[in-house]
This record gives sequence, C-alpha cells and structure tokens, in this order.
Amino acid sequence: MHRRKFLSLLGGAGIASTVGATKATAASNASFDGYPDAKGVLHDSTRCIGCRKCEEGCNKVNNLPKPEKPFDDLSVLDTKRRTSATVHTVVNKYNVAGLDHPIFRKQQCNHCMEPACASACFVKAFTKNSDGSVTYNGDVCVGCRYCMIACPFSVPTFEYDDPIDPLVQKCTMCHPLIKEGKLPGCVQSCPKEALTFGKREDLIEIARERIRKHPDRYVKKIYGEKEAGGTNWLYLAPVKHTELGQPVVGSKTAPELTAGALGAVPMVVGIWPVLLTGAYAISKRKEKIAAADQKAAVAQAVSETQSAADDKLKAAMDKAAKDKEAAIARETKKAVAQAEKEFEEKLAALQNPESEEVDESSKPEGDA
Amino acid sequence: MGNNQKSFWHAGNILTAIILAGGLVLTFLRFYKGIGAVSNLDDNNPWGIWIGFDLMCGVALAAGGYVTSASCYLFGMKHYHSAVRPAITTAFLGYFFVVVALLYDLGHPFRLPYPLVYSQGTTSLLFEVGLCVSLYVSVLFIEWSPAAFEWLGWRKVRNIVVKLTLPLTIMGVVLSTMHQSSLGALFLIAPGKLHPLWYSSFMPVFFFISSMVAGTSMVIFEGTLAHKGLHRMMDETHLKEAHGVAFGFAKAASFILAGYFFIKVFDITMDNDWQYLATGYGAIFLVEMFGFVLLPSFLYAIGVREKNLKIVRIASVLGVLGIIVNRFNVSMVAFNWQLPAAERYFPSLMEIGISIFVVTLIITTYRFITTRMPVLFEHPEYKDAH
Repeated sequence: MHRRKFLSLLGGAGIASTVGATKATAASNASFDGYPDAKGVLHDSTRCIGCRKCEEGCNKVNNLPKPEKPFDDLSVLDTKRRTSATVHTVVNKYNVAGLDHPIFRKQQCNHCMEPACASACFVKAFTKNSDGSVTYNGDVCVGCRYCMIACPFSVPTFEYDDPIDPLVQKCTMCHPLIKEGKLPGCVQSCPKEALTFGKREDLIEIARERIRKHPDRYVKKIYGEKEAGGTNWLYLAPVKHTELGQPVVGSKTAPELTAGALGAVPMVVGIWPVLLTGAYAISKRKEKIAAADQKAAVAQAVSETQSAADDKLKAAMDKAAKDKEAAIARETKKAVAQAEKEFEEKLAALQNPESEEVDESSKPEGDA
Repeated sequence: MGNNQKSFWHAGNILTAIILAGGLVLTFLRFYKGIGAVSNLDDNNPWGIWIGFDLMCGVALAAGGYVTSASCYLFGMKHYHSAVRPAITTAFLGYFFVVVALLYDLGHPFRLPYPLVYSQGTTSLLFEVGLCVSLYVSVLFIEWSPAAFEWLGWRKVRNIVVKLTLPLTIMGVVLSTMHQSSLGALFLIAPGKLHPLWYSSFMPVFFFISSMVAGTSMVIFEGTLAHKGLHRMMDETHLKEAHGVAFGFAKAASFILAGYFFIKVFDITMDNDWQYLATGYGAIFLVEMFGFVLLPSFLYAIGVREKNLKIVRIASVLGVLGIIVNRFNVSMVAFNWQLPAAERYFPSLMEIGISIFVVTLIITTYRFITTRMPVLFEHPEYKDAH
C-alpha cells in the first residue's frame, strides 16, 4: 500500500517536472527581444528638410533605374507616393494643421524585430539577419504576395510587369554595405543628420534623450519601439505619427497573432480522427442494434403468429377428434340399436311370420 | 453521348466555346505580358478576385464533398448516398481548378510545389493551406476515382479504392477542417488592414462553420441545376433520394446558419465593435448578416417545415451568394479599409474574364464527367458499395 502510493507520487512528480521543464523552455516566459547588437536607423522628422538626397543615395547604391523626374525636382513631393519595385524609399510631405511649415517623413522597410513577412512566407524567402536587416531571397519566391498582405506597414512591392521572373522588392537596410562596415545608402547621403545609424538599443537611448531635452519639439513617442513587436527603424516626430501617415499598429508580433491558429492544427489532426471514428462507431452500433431489434421483433412476431396458428390448429384438431369420437359413438350406438332391433324383428318373425313385409320397408339402412 | 437529341452546336455549347476561346487569349496575355498587364493588382492590393473569388469561394463552395461524405459514411445517413458522388465530383473539380486558377495569380507558378518539397515555411498559415489543399486534392481524386474506374471497367482497382472509403472520408474531414479554417486564419496576421467588424481571432472558426453552410447550400443549388440540365443521367435512386437530400441538408444549413449568426453576434460583443455598425462598413456588415445569414436560415426552416422545395432552393441560392459576399468582404471589401478610395482595388475586366474562364472550365468538365461516368446514376454492374 505505502509502496504503491510512493511510486504513484513519484510518477506524478516526474510528469509534473517534465511538463514544467518543456513549458519553461518552449513558450511561457520566453520572449525574443531582437538580436543584441542589431543595427537600426533613427529618422528625426524635425531635422528632415525633404531634399530627397536619401532617395537618390538609395537609388545609386541599389543600382535602381533612374526616375522620370530627377531627384532635385522637389515638385514630386506635392503628391503622396509609396515605395515600389524600383523605388525602395520615398519621402513624403505632410502639411499639418496648426504648423507653419510642412513636415517630411521618410518611408522604407522598417525591419521588424519579428518580421510579419518572414512569418507569413511559406518558402522562408525572408531572413532576419543578426545585423537587424530583413533580406529576401528571390530564388525560392513563389510570388504569392502573402508577405505584402501580412506586412503591417505595406512595405513589400512586387514586379507585376515582369512575366518571367517577377520578384518582391524592398529595402534591405543595405545589408551588403553593413557587412562591409559601411553606412546604408540613405544614411550616407543625408546632409542634415536626420538619419542616425547605430545599434537599436543606443538609438532608443538617443531618441529618449532628444525628447527629454526638447519636450516642446517632440511628441513623447518613439514610433517603432513597440509597433509590431518593435522595429529596427525608429521615428521621432513633432506631431502625432498618424498625422504623418504612419499606421496605428499594435504591439503584437506576427507570430503572436498566428500562433493560436497554427497550434490548433496538430490538435485537429490528433483528435478529429478519434471523434470521427467514434461517430462512425456510434452510427454503426446504432445500425447493429436497430438490425438486432428488428430481427428480434420479426422473430417474436413470427413465433406469436406461429403459436396462434398452432393453437388454432390444435383446437381444430381437438374438435375434429371429438366430432369423430362422437360420430363413432353415435354410429356404434346406432349399429347396436339396429342390431338389437333386427334381432328382435327376427325373433318376432320367427314367432309370427305374417308381419315380416311391413318391418322391412319402415326401417331403411343407415342415417348418417 | 450527351448530345444525342440536339446538334452539338446549341446555344449553351456555343457560349462555352466563346468563353473558352476568350479565356485562352487572356491566358496568353497573362503569361506573355505578366500579371500587371491583365489585372488591377498593385503594391497596396496584392490579392484580388483570383484569390478572393477563385481560391476563397472556390474552396468554400467545394465543401459539399466533405459535408456529404461525412454525413453518409461517418454519421450513418445512408439515404444521402446518391448525393455523395455528385458532391465528391464537384469538390474534386472545385479544388483542382482552384489550383489551376492559382497558377494565374502566382508570380512563379512553376514553383508552386516549392513550399512542400524545397523550402518549407512552417510558420506560415499559407503553408498549412498549401499542404492541406494539396493533400486534399489527392484524397478527393482517390475518392472520386471509382466513378472513372467503373466507366473504364477497371474492376480490381475500383474495388480496392472502394475499400478505402472510410479512412479517406475521415482524412477528408480532417484536412477540410484545417484548410477551410486556415483560409480565415490567413488574415489573422493583418489586424491593421481588415475592418474590425470582420477581423476576429475567431476567423478560423467562422470560416470553418460557414464552409459547412457553403457545402450544404451548394449541394442543394447544384442539385437544382443538375435536375434542369442532366435529368436524363439520373437513375431512380438518385431521383427518389433527391428531395430527401434537399430537405435534410436544408435543415442542417438552417441550424448552422443560426449558430453562425449567434457566434458572430458574440464576437462583435466580445470585441465591442458595436459602434462600427452605424458606419458605411456597418451597413455592409448588416446586409451580410441579415440578408445572407439570417434570411437563408429562416427560409430554409420554412422550406423544410412546409415541405416546399422552391423555398429551399431560393434559400440555397442565398446561402451560396452569402459565402461569396463574406469571402469578398474579408479579402477585398473590408481589407485595406483605411486606404483612400483612389488606392482601393477593383478588378479589371480581364481579371474577371479569367475567373469566368475558370468557372466555365469547371462546368464543362462536370458535364463531360456526368454525361459519361456513373455519378448521377449507379453503374448496373457495381451496385454493391457505390
């Protein structure tokens, strides 16, 4: 008794500790805070003058086709633009109510710490590198464009007009240049230090310091610090970031949004066949019981009919037997009576022979 | 065989020929000049009707396959037996042509097998959709194949496949549960882009439940069409059971739609999205919920109670349209709702043309199969386990 109790306790403890251990390492408290030395860029829109030099720098280092209007044509800024397959960064001008000057905001890939594009890609075409950049491998891309659906900032673009090898295009944070120890193309060419390249951790410190020193100049928010789980590009602005066309993005990462649905898959695979086989077994069993019930009912009906018929037959037989007996008795009685009569007649005839004729005609043979 | 009464070139076939010829021209343009040359897709709107209609609606409306085979083989509703083969045929064709339509939408159609065989992105819900759909197309092909084998007279192979019915049916339900729900789960990753009335962490559940409505409604709707055009191909059992199938499925659809309505209401309540109902998107949402969920639920119920096949058929049309409305709303109408009108998507005529081409291919193949193979009738030599 004691021994068994001890063993079961031991077993229970063992299971508990195993489960606990797996949980601790797998999901519960672990979180990914980005690669420790990952780089990033801080864009300060209070410093940006909308000169489009960063666009030009980007165009040059990435060998992109030259645009129709040259980069020094600032009339381009009058219409709102977005990135495209041949333009990996754009600067837009925002006229904010209550301000006497426009504000410029640069856009390109924000290089999320946990990129939605990489999470969404079903061929692992995207890589989050330890330098902070998110890069793309066109050799495996199927061209489904789910990355474009998934990206909360609508960054990836697609070469719709290429029938042979259409690929997704976006800013790479100049990953190849960073590897060589150089600055990204846009940062290199910014004349006003509106762009600061550095470790993301340091950039957050710098941004906080600027807000602290000039609380009148900035809104108290670093866009990108928490958006989509944090991005390696960060933004400071004098007005609300939504005024500069930056979408409201929750702090949840792409994996947090999809893990529940993905996690349900193995559960369905595991339990559905069991439940369905069960449903099948239940319906089969019902059929079997129904069939057996039917069989029993039929058998009972048959036997009832049979016994009723038997009874009837027996009654008929009995009656017939009785009738027969009665008939025999009656016949015997008649025969005896007749014999007696005949005997008496004969006797009488012997005694007075004249009356013989009359007796014979009055008593014919058999009355059955 | 199917054209014995009339000449081959009657109105239906002429129209089919015109659409198919036009489709071939569009196919040439698409692959010779690129996606941009035939579609209105752009960097903000990467998915249009080829995904929203051909994939989303195609897969949902092909749900009749798993719904019917599960009712008959797993839940013991034997009187739906004659509905199984037509439903499996439609489902197989539906899925097969979903894959065909996908080839138009993908930038690199020849790399379609990549996620399965070359570089598996297992964190993607699209990976799950791809894996399940490819497996399910195979399962459906095997489930459907006895019809072809009976037609060809391959008795031995046919008998082996028929023995696999039960495991195949279970696999079909498992795979359908997963990818029907995953199509909804695809949008979980974009809470900022999909309107809050449609965005929900329960989207996978909504898509799965509504796929059952799509399945049941489609079986009834398709039955209506088949009775008009292919009555001569139906045997006595099929005709005798057809009304029972319609009323039985109508009853199921009525209940499922009512349940769906309630879980949607609960979802709006949980997320506290009531304030959006007073907006334009709220109006679209209310039309969807009342016109295409509650109304067909109600009509189905009345049709069943009154034993009125006409009302049931009207309800089935609403049910089918309702699925299309819902999938369009999630993937296009309510997607990118915050973008200015000028940046929103509307399909080009050529995009619509390619979708019509694909639907015509499905119908033509369905007619080819049902006028030759034992789908709407039982093959006289294989009465045992059909």
